[in-house]
Amino acid sequence: MTDSTVISEEGVVTEVVGPARDTAPRGRTITAPRHGTTRLLVTGIGVVAPTGIGVEEHWQALLRGELAVRPIEGFDASQYGVTVAGQVRGFDAEQYIAPQLKVQTDRWSWMSLAAATLAAEDAGYIPPEEAYATSVFLAAGSGGNEFSQHEIQRLWSRGPRSVGAYQSIAWFYAASTGQVSIRDGYKGPSGVVVSEGAGGLDSIGWARRVARRGTPAVLVGGTEAGVTPYALLCQVTSGRLSTAPRPEDAYKPFDRRANGQAIGEGGAILLLEEADAAAGRGAQRIWGEVVGYAATHDAHHHEDPAPDAAQYTRAIRLALADADVAPGEVGMVVADGAGIPELDALEASAITAVFGERGVPVTAPSSWTGRLMAGGSALNVATALLAMRDGLVPPTGNVEEPVEEYGLDLVRETRQQELDVVVVLARGFGGFNSALVLRRHRPEVGA
Amino acid sequence: MSTGRRRVVITGIGVVAPGSMGREGFWDMITAGRTATRRITFFDPARFRSQVAAEVDFDGRKHGLTAQEVHRNDRFVQFAMVAADEAVADSGLRMGVGGAPDAPEPERVGVTIGSAVGATTRLEDEYVDVSDAGKHWLVDPRYASRFLHQALVPSCAATEVAVRFRAQGPGTVVSTGCTSGIDAVGYGSQLIEDGDADVVIAGASDAPISPISMACFDTIRATTGNNADPEHASKPFDARRDGFVMGEGSAVMVLEELEHAQRRGAEIYCEVTGYANRCNAFHMTGLRPDGVEMSEALDQALAQGRIDGSEVGYVNAHGSGTKQNDRHETAAVKLSLGAAAYKVPMSSLKSMVGHSLGAIGSIEIAATALAVQRQVVPPTANYEVPDPECDLDYVPKTARDHKVDVAVSVGSGFGGFQSAIVLAKPDRRPA
Repeated sequence: MTDSTVISEEGVVTEVVGPARDTAPRGRTITAPRHGTTRLLVTGIGVVAPTGIGVEEHWQALLRGELAVRPIEGFDASQYGVTVAGQVRGFDAEQYIAPQLKVQTDRWSWMSLAAATLAAEDAGYIPPEEAYATSVFLAAGSGGNEFSQHEIQRLWSRGPRSVGAYQSIAWFYAASTGQVSIRDGYKGPSGVVVSEGAGGLDSIGWARRVARRGTPAVLVGGTEAGVTPYALLCQVTSGRLSTAPRPEDAYKPFDRRANGQAIGEGGAILLLEEADAAAGRGAQRIWGEVVGYAATHDAHHHEDPAPDAAQYTRAIRLALADADVAPGEVGMVVADGAGIPELDALEASAITAVFGERGVPVTAPSSWTGRLMAGGSALNVATALLAMRDGLVPPTGNVEEPVEEYGLDLVRETRQQELDVVVVLARGFGGFNSALVLRRHRPEVGA
Repeated sequence: MSTGRRRVVITGIGVVAPGSMGREGFWDMITAGRTATRRITFFDPARFRSQVAAEVDFDGRKHGLTAQEVHRNDRFVQFAMVAADEAVADSGLRMGVGGAPDAPEPERVGVTIGSAVGATTRLEDEYVDVSDAGKHWLVDPRYASRFLHQALVPSCAATEVAVRFRAQGPGTVVSTGCTSGIDAVGYGSQLIEDGDADVVIAGASDAPISPISMACFDTIRATTGNNADPEHASKPFDARRDGFVMGEGSAVMVLEELEHAQRRGAEIYCEVTGYANRCNAFHMTGLRPDGVEMSEALDQALAQGRIDGSEVGYVNAHGSGTKQNDRHETAAVKLSLGAAAYKVPMSSLKSMVGHSLGAIGSIEIAATALAVQRQVVPPTANYEVPDPECDLDYVPKTARDHKVDVAVSVGSGFGGFQSAIVLAKPDRRPA
């Protein structure tokens, strides 16, 4: 409990926000719902990302500072004005899934299936006999793009009878969740949420509701595979993508030359387990604990962000209140890092409103990979847990001239630092704001 | 459940359904047993195996949307906006309007909108232009609409609804295939139970009547081949059933914390006393005939409200009209309700409004809530020839006055998802 936190009789945690570093108007109160005592631990991580396949490959690439945003391979993207992206290279789907499953699924699902396997392996997770005890709750963004483009192409060029038997199960947003649950035999309450870039964090938020209601293990996160001609074109119409031809000029969050985003593919899937269940099966590795989460919506405009970042700020405060964590306890913020001046400024104002000017180290690791939509925020959670494990804040890539007026302590070189509590932020196109608080696992507190 | 449990009630309903307009038009239609299935008019279906669907005669401008709202949004988003408008007006909540004494805090209003296939129709329409009807894999950007990003990612539906009512609480799109509509209302209820919101605008929408959607269900013979008699093509639980009839539409509910609703003297349709979902982990499209997982979801949903199976006065079925579904579902209801399954009326709206994929779960919740409020059970249209494997009371053709203190609605979908929600009179005395 922080000093400024009061529990009222209704069980509602009321935090009177008033620490010195907080610039909110005095007397403003944040009420966070009381979320009971279910403790959720991250016990496994599976990464399939432009930075690498597997959690360590990804982490080492980040620490080496390798830009994984590169010229687009696989098709000639020149006519779209956007020619760079973060693609997953060297990914052999058949290493993870059977050939007959591969032909029924899109690349997006291959990555989800592979990441789910890697997460379970990392956790040493052997599903319990009780099939209802494991859930799959993933975020989706754009579905089975490449598969669907092929089938629509066939339909319009050759007629309805040329459409393959798997279109109905391959492209829709629930395909990856369904396939993972079927392949691995997980029957618990499963779901799929879509909130664009915020989805990875939101899947964790919803998984907490599932866990609170009695399901001890939930696979969360998500992947994305939209570096395909039609999906790229769709994303180009947002007007948010950088048209710079050189990767190092393209996606530059918080830099003076920020000029738009790079897209990417892949993501991460994580295994969350209720603390007693994890202890009960003798889980060997505990990456950290999910201690706070909140989501808000700007509800301002169908495309433009609210001009004041009030709801983004509120999401951060709510998540901290939910975690019983004061801003001063937070060792690192993993930012959304939009790479668009207006959005970067808004995020900076939300971070400084809560943590003060240069009050907390801020990093935007998506600068190395491009934005993986729903997969990106999930990957940032994996990165945050790795950072806590090693006591290293990974750098923000592609930044030469940080905008000083933002007032951020933007980490540009790997920084050694003990990390007990970290905050991961994410935004989704249209005004979704989400914040997640993770705590390093402290065995002495008991699992 | 602790004594401090926050209870969730439905205080507003809006419907965009085939064959009718608005909540009351919908209710009149389904209680009259009228069907809205017809030969497809949106495109020439001649080359398709299944040529019938339940289409909505819809013009966004006539239903209150602006020219720009229509321009930038796929039909499924437009449906959701119109249904949400009706639901919020029905609830009496003046949301987003400053100064109304009973308006909820914008920050305490959430949005959960379900959709199975999102803007699939717009994505296909646009694809025809940018690929020149499938000629070019490298699509031509000069023919692209400005709003394709919103079509690609269906979360725009939650955004449009949130912006409309200044709902600054948690918002999301739920996309669990054909259970999306139940899950969106279930998740919305959880937001209120957990204290993250006091009011949630919850529902679902889909507009999948497009060549690619029809073709993909054609190839796996999930849809009906009964093209000769479109008005009677959807035959859930009937021995002659041969697949579902595609539909479209939306329903949106205003969910509200019970005391919040009571304080402002709101009219309450019913309480959401339980919601649960499970996966069958069996097959993307296949269902095991025993219905165990659906039954598990139904048992859990009933248990949350401490409701015994014998108290259920109405089962709103998934009843898609495929051979396997109706058998599977009949078995599941028997497993959960035991002997009571034979006494409880159970009907399928899909006989009348078709199967609108993710949307139908919310449309069915709307009908179920109205059944609880009005003590009338809508029928299964076209039901004539009994199937020995489907031997429950499917309320053939004619609506029935019936005591419905508790009703359940169940759903099942591709991916193996199985969902159940329980609605009850808020002042119900437990048996």
